[in-house]
Amino acid sequence: MEWLIGRLSLEYLPTDPATIGAAIGMPLGALVVAGLLTYYKKWTWLWKNWLTSLDAKKIGVMYIVVALLMLIRGVADAFMVRSHTAMVGVDGEGLFDADMFQQVFTAHGTIMIFFVAMGLMFGLINVVLPLMIGARDVAFPWLNSVSFWLFFAGMILNNIALVIGGFSSAGWLGYPPLTGLEYSPGPGVDYWIWSLQIAGVGSLLSGINFFVTIIKKRAPGMTLMKMPIFSWSVLVTTVLIIISFPLLTATLALLSLDRLMDMNIFTSYLGGNPMLYVNLIWAWGHPEVYILVLPAFGIYSEIVATFARKKLFGYATMVAALVAIMFLSFLVWLHHFFTMGAGANVNAFFGIMTMVIAIPTGVKIFNWLFTMYRGQIRFTSPFIWFLCFVFTFTIGGVTGVMMAVPALDYQVHNTLFLVAHFHNTIIGGVVFGFMAGITYWFPKIFGFRLNERLGKYAAYLWQLGFIVAFAPLYTLGLMGAVRRLDTYDDPTWTPLFIVSGIGVMIIGAGIALQVLQFVVSIWQRKQNLDTTGDPWDGRTLEWSVPSPAPEYNFAITPTVSRRDEWWYAKQETIRRPHKSEYVDIHLPQNNSMGLYIGLASLVAGFAIVWHMWWLVILCVVAIIAMVIMRTMDDNTEFTITGEELFELDSKRFTAGKAKA
Amino acid sequence: MSAHVMGERESTARFGFWLYLLSDVMIFGALFATFMILRGGTAGGPTDADIIEPFPVLLQTLALLASSFTVAVAVLAARAGKLQTMKLYLWATFLLGATFLGLELAEFINLVGEGHSWRESAFLSSFFALVGTHGLHITIGLLWLVVWLAYYQKRGMNDGMQRRLGLFALFWHFLDIIWIWLFTIVYMFGVGV
Repeated sequence: MEWLIGRLSLEYLPTDPATIGAAIGMPLGALVVAGLLTYYKKWTWLWKNWLTSLDAKKIGVMYIVVALLMLIRGVADAFMVRSHTAMVGVDGEGLFDADMFQQVFTAHGTIMIFFVAMGLMFGLINVVLPLMIGARDVAFPWLNSVSFWLFFAGMILNNIALVIGGFSSAGWLGYPPLTGLEYSPGPGVDYWIWSLQIAGVGSLLSGINFFVTIIKKRAPGMTLMKMPIFSWSVLVTTVLIIISFPLLTATLALLSLDRLMDMNIFTSYLGGNPMLYVNLIWAWGHPEVYILVLPAFGIYSEIVATFARKKLFGYATMVAALVAIMFLSFLVWLHHFFTMGAGANVNAFFGIMTMVIAIPTGVKIFNWLFTMYRGQIRFTSPFIWFLCFVFTFTIGGVTGVMMAVPALDYQVHNTLFLVAHFHNTIIGGVVFGFMAGITYWFPKIFGFRLNERLGKYAAYLWQLGFIVAFAPLYTLGLMGAVRRLDTYDDPTWTPLFIVSGIGVMIIGAGIALQVLQFVVSIWQRKQNLDTTGDPWDGRTLEWSVPSPAPEYNFAITPTVSRRDEWWYAKQETIRRPHKSEYVDIHLPQNNSMGLYIGLASLVAGFAIVWHMWWLVILCVVAIIAMVIMRTMDDNTEFTITGEELFELDSKRFTAGKAKA
Repeated sequence: MSAHVMGERESTARFGFWLYLLSDVMIFGALFATFMILRGGTAGGPTDADIIEPFPVLLQTLALLASSFTVAVAVLAARAGKLQTMKLYLWATFLLGATFLGLELAEFINLVGEGHSWRESAFLSSFFALVGTHGLHITIGLLWLVVWLAYYQKRGMNDGMQRRLGLFALFWHFLDIIWIWLFTIVYMFGVGV
């Protein structure tokens, strides 16, 4: 049997009630969805319009849907962690045992970074980036679908751990020697490695794809310095992805060689060096936090200019700040482990670099504030998210600079102070930004706006919940509460943990309001229809096309002569193009190969976790065969003729007239 | 499809492939760093000078360098429309690449046979990881070449095939450059030249 199913056995089925609930609940949920799809005969629709689509906007929506589902799982994990620390006694009796507690926070971190933040980021980039630069599509549409399905496969593999085998209990970055064979012989760490490895390759391919898209597919006349800032932020982020994600791939590969082939690279004996792993993973990890936050900065830049009705203050300095961060983000990784003991000079260098990188970030904050100054501000829900961001992120930035001082870091290293700091930047910076972006661009994809009032309430609750949840953690951290412990022997800390748990509940209420916001908005979509294509009075090219944006994005490739092209263009008369100006265009046909490659990667990942080598080989061969078939296929596109385009585009002008 | 669209597609594909190569440089960068840091971690086992046999490695290097030359000739021949010459040089590339890979495998089998497997020490682990990753790339390259030749047999030459051949050549030259680094850092420093 062992050759067939490897080390898989029934003893790996979950035993504690919480996991059993999740292990039964998730497949059951999937079954219900499948049942509904069958009942309403929607499978063909789903397959043709979504799963096999190579339209970047649709791929983007799929990313966002997956990421929002994972957000709910990640928040549930956070809720479990904080409920446990609020209830646990000094004797260690709480909701979970220590191993379970560790699995929960590991899953929380891994899911939030890789499957929520990365998913929302790639989702929004897919949705708006081509529209924003006046492109019809991304550079490599099929590769884009492969990226999505690898992301999806990684996500599923991560969640399968709940059903059988359990997840890693070694933290979201999995430091050895704890993640080595000696201390973690079970399948948990392998689940962690391979779900990240599969999703990580998808991210790398996306990074290449969008970098090429920006360089090669901008509308005529749009020089780099005329691009919207969001495009700039994506350009810089993709550079970081292309350079740093291979480091993650290599590091995880080396760790898995240690685990699968008994190598001694990161072990603590036979010459191995665990700190080498820590250096390598942070050489990826620190750029990664900028990979997440820079696109969010780009979103804020678009939103603040639109809702202050002013052009962005300090465009050139904004670009300079982005590029400065691009370089500096590779020179600060050691601040994650000043306590390694690299010596005073090394620590001083990285401490100073860390303080230096705060400068371009500060430049951005001031640029946004100056953009608001004397603007005619409209306090819409995206703008509320932006305001919450400025407040929260600034606090996070300041505590970051505090920890950049190595001497101070020795005190707060690996405490809840650090936990509060990075949540300050990641929730306040990244999550708020992506929520703002989703609200802002939602009408462009679906043709109607989200409910404004519920959106604002959700933002307020997130903000309030954030403060209540993390202010106590700062305090606890300063008092010396080490992170990742399931129990603390000082009972006077319990009240602070209880307050923090209440904060998580408030954030949960904010998320509930967001779910309600989606439901209500879809229900009442006729009241919020966007007939103009430009619901917010926007400035950039995506608002020049109808909502929902057609699959070809632009019937005629736009020409650009200035920044905020659409803002100025719409103040002049918009001429309806003559029929002869519409030329034939080529778009990618639907293709299911990306989905199958994702599926094969998922099975391969599962097979590696359980050591079913025949299945691994089978899947790898299948993946290679599919890649060959697809890359050797010359017939992958279909054509829309100029005449058809003319007809399709006429809607845009009749709709505009109806409004006038 | 117009020639303009095809030309644009060609340059987009090439640009994307260059970026992929850049990312691969980073993978090798991490592996080189690992190797250089763990080189001394022999844990009482053999050192680099003990396990390196210069002569087969020299042969490997010559084979790979020669294959870089033959693939370049093949691309030039393809551009000039001399398809027979192209085919000849591509098969020569394949044989040289296979020779390289065979010698590498022989080296690995030898080492393991002598009891110096990747398990023995961190140095050997990082050695096998680094050299093996390059070997894996060569294997993929050889597979790519054979697949290309098979499709060429079926379809003959066209713009798409030309583009794919160009990308393959880029990949192959890239592996050659990585090998120069490997040869220098792992083998030449290893025997103390």
